[in-house]
Amino acid sequence: MRKPVATFALAAALALGGLAAGPLGSARAAGEVSVPSRDWSFDGLFGAFDPAAMQRGLQVYKDVCASCHGLRFVAFRNLQALGYDADQVAAIAADFEVEDGPDGEGEMFMRPAVGSDTWPSPFPNEQAARVANGGAYPPDLSLIVEARGGGADYLHHLLIGYTDPPADLEVPPGQYYNDYFPGNLIAMPPPLMEGIIEYADGTPATPEQMAADVTTFLAWAAEPQLVERKRMGIKVILFLLVLTGLLYAVKRKVWSDVPH
Amino acid sequence: MSFQTKNPVIRWIEYRMPVFSFLDHAVGSGYPTPKNLNYFWNFGSLAGIVLVIMIATGVLLAMQYTPHVDYAFTSVERIMRDVNYGWLIRYIHMNGASFFFIVVYIHVFRGLYYGSYKAPRELLWMLGLVILLLMMATAFMGYVLPWGQMSFWGATVITNLFSAIPLVGESIVTWLWGGFSVANPTLNRFFALHFLLPFVIVAVVVLHIWALHRFGSNNPLGIDVKGPQDTIPFHPYYTAKDYLGLGVFLIIFAAVVFFAPNYMGHADNYIEANPLSTPAHIVPEWYFLPFYAMLRAVTFDIAIPFTGVVLIDAKLGGVIAMFGSILILFLLPWLDTSPVRSSKFRPLYKWFFWVLVLDSVLLGYVGSQPPEEPWVTVGQFATLYYFLHFLVLLPLLGKLERPKPLPASIGKPVLGGSGPVHASGTAKPMEKA
Repeated sequence: MRKPVATFALAAALALGGLAAGPLGSARAAGEVSVPSRDWSFDGLFGAFDPAAMQRGLQVYKDVCASCHGLRFVAFRNLQALGYDADQVAAIAADFEVEDGPDGEGEMFMRPAVGSDTWPSPFPNEQAARVANGGAYPPDLSLIVEARGGGADYLHHLLIGYTDPPADLEVPPGQYYNDYFPGNLIAMPPPLMEGIIEYADGTPATPEQMAADVTTFLAWAAEPQLVERKRMGIKVILFLLVLTGLLYAVKRKVWSDVPH
Repeated sequence: MSFQTKNPVIRWIEYRMPVFSFLDHAVGSGYPTPKNLNYFWNFGSLAGIVLVIMIATGVLLAMQYTPHVDYAFTSVERIMRDVNYGWLIRYIHMNGASFFFIVVYIHVFRGLYYGSYKAPRELLWMLGLVILLLMMATAFMGYVLPWGQMSFWGATVITNLFSAIPLVGESIVTWLWGGFSVANPTLNRFFALHFLLPFVIVAVVVLHIWALHRFGSNNPLGIDVKGPQDTIPFHPYYTAKDYLGLGVFLIIFAAVVFFAPNYMGHADNYIEANPLSTPAHIVPEWYFLPFYAMLRAVTFDIAIPFTGVVLIDAKLGGVIAMFGSILILFLLPWLDTSPVRSSKFRPLYKWFFWVLVLDSVLLGYVGSQPPEEPWVTVGQFATLYYFLHFLVLLPLLGKLERPKPLPASIGKPVLGGSGPVHASGTAKPMEKA
């Protein structure tokens, strides 16, 4: 009995070795800057998004980021996950105009957004966005936390990572030096300044605080099902542990009459 | 020990179509199996189960997915956000691909270690390699479907490989694309083929199992079954053991699906495909990395000396190395000249087996790195060693190695004594059937 258990342990180790090959596979390739990791409310087995941070993050996104960056996969109705009720969501949506139509005359028209509308993008197309931003394209932020190697840590540090360039580096006009951006030269001006917004809940709006809040909000936007996924995962794994324990007992019983 | 039952419904069906005795013979009490199989023999049935999981989740995803360049990425996000449990089904399918390869690679290396490819199981081995090739094609095309940056650029790089074929290469690439670049027709046909190929895999799996049942499983000792005292019925012994292995597998699988679903993926694939913007590093999924390293290892043209006439340019050389690394395995039953199957009795081969494992892992690491020194040179030597193992070391080892004496039968070493086999004790399980 000992020997098969040992070989199975080896098999499991091999399988885990395969998992360890994962990050190699996704190649945190050379040139990407390593980002210090930070504690997030949504980390860990029981992690869940902090609703207050998400609401503040929404405010940062609306007041600062939204002038250039879209959020095309988020519908206003999704904002109920931040702790708003249907009326509050309707009120947030009503601040935006979306194109609808054609009407009876065959004309497109603008109307206030409702819960089922997705977030309107600030520019009609990529070219318009580039013209308005000195040739750079502000990416849509719906998936930004999943679409960057360092995830939430990267985004947080990027937002507050603007520093003075090294003495020997000439920063071209329209570019800014950032410790965490690959290649260090980024077209986005430092977005978060002291006093740029005032939080509705009275939290002091330091750049660090704003960066953390908007990152929490965007982590939710990238994977709104994260909390449901982890909750279900706990139950599934507990179930599988019990099941596998029973299967082990069955196997022992069935094999008890085979001499080893 | 033919199939018997008292259930009248089963008897009625069995008389008209003997499906129950067929199943009993295939995976039931009527299938005698070596009694000494270790847990490495779990991975065949595990692979079959993962295939079923992939087909089930894949069909569900196909009901919500739109294979069009303008909608593919959006439809996947819709699955993730708005389709009921769409996120769960997609994460299972996405990580299922990785776990399929983990399971199958262990299955293949188990075959290498215990010499399962040797006579009379050569066809069984070759059918397995056909399955592996089909899996690779399926996985590659599946990775294109979400239409992220890595999807698009991976498709571009891999389809372009066919342009290395002399004379007709360019035409073949245009034909594969259905146009002059990776575009909507490409995505459409990849979706159609990604849906089709798993069922072709099922068909080859049936052949694989058919070939398996001709001589039954190999075993850790690598010696033939001498009689009923060496075997136990597949059911309930190996069904119980396979269920236990499945339980352990599902725990690991669920841990990744629920707590690190994007761990084995690449962040760039959450950026929608953009033909105008090339990612800094185009890297395939982890399970292709060793092959990617071999593809890039050939950085030189192969020419006739002093004439400058290029016979094989670097690109074609890389393609040959990459496909050759699998094709060479078809010849393995004849390249390995040793009559002894199991590494247990092959003191030299055992070491070279582990060196090959390390070489494969090293190739995987090289494949994940940008093509810069020292990794280019390391990759070239690792590739060279891979082929050396099969083309030179294996044929020589069979001649040079002095295998340890083989046990007389499976029953004997299992009993742990050198005395005569106690038929009464060992034959019992099989009689129970």
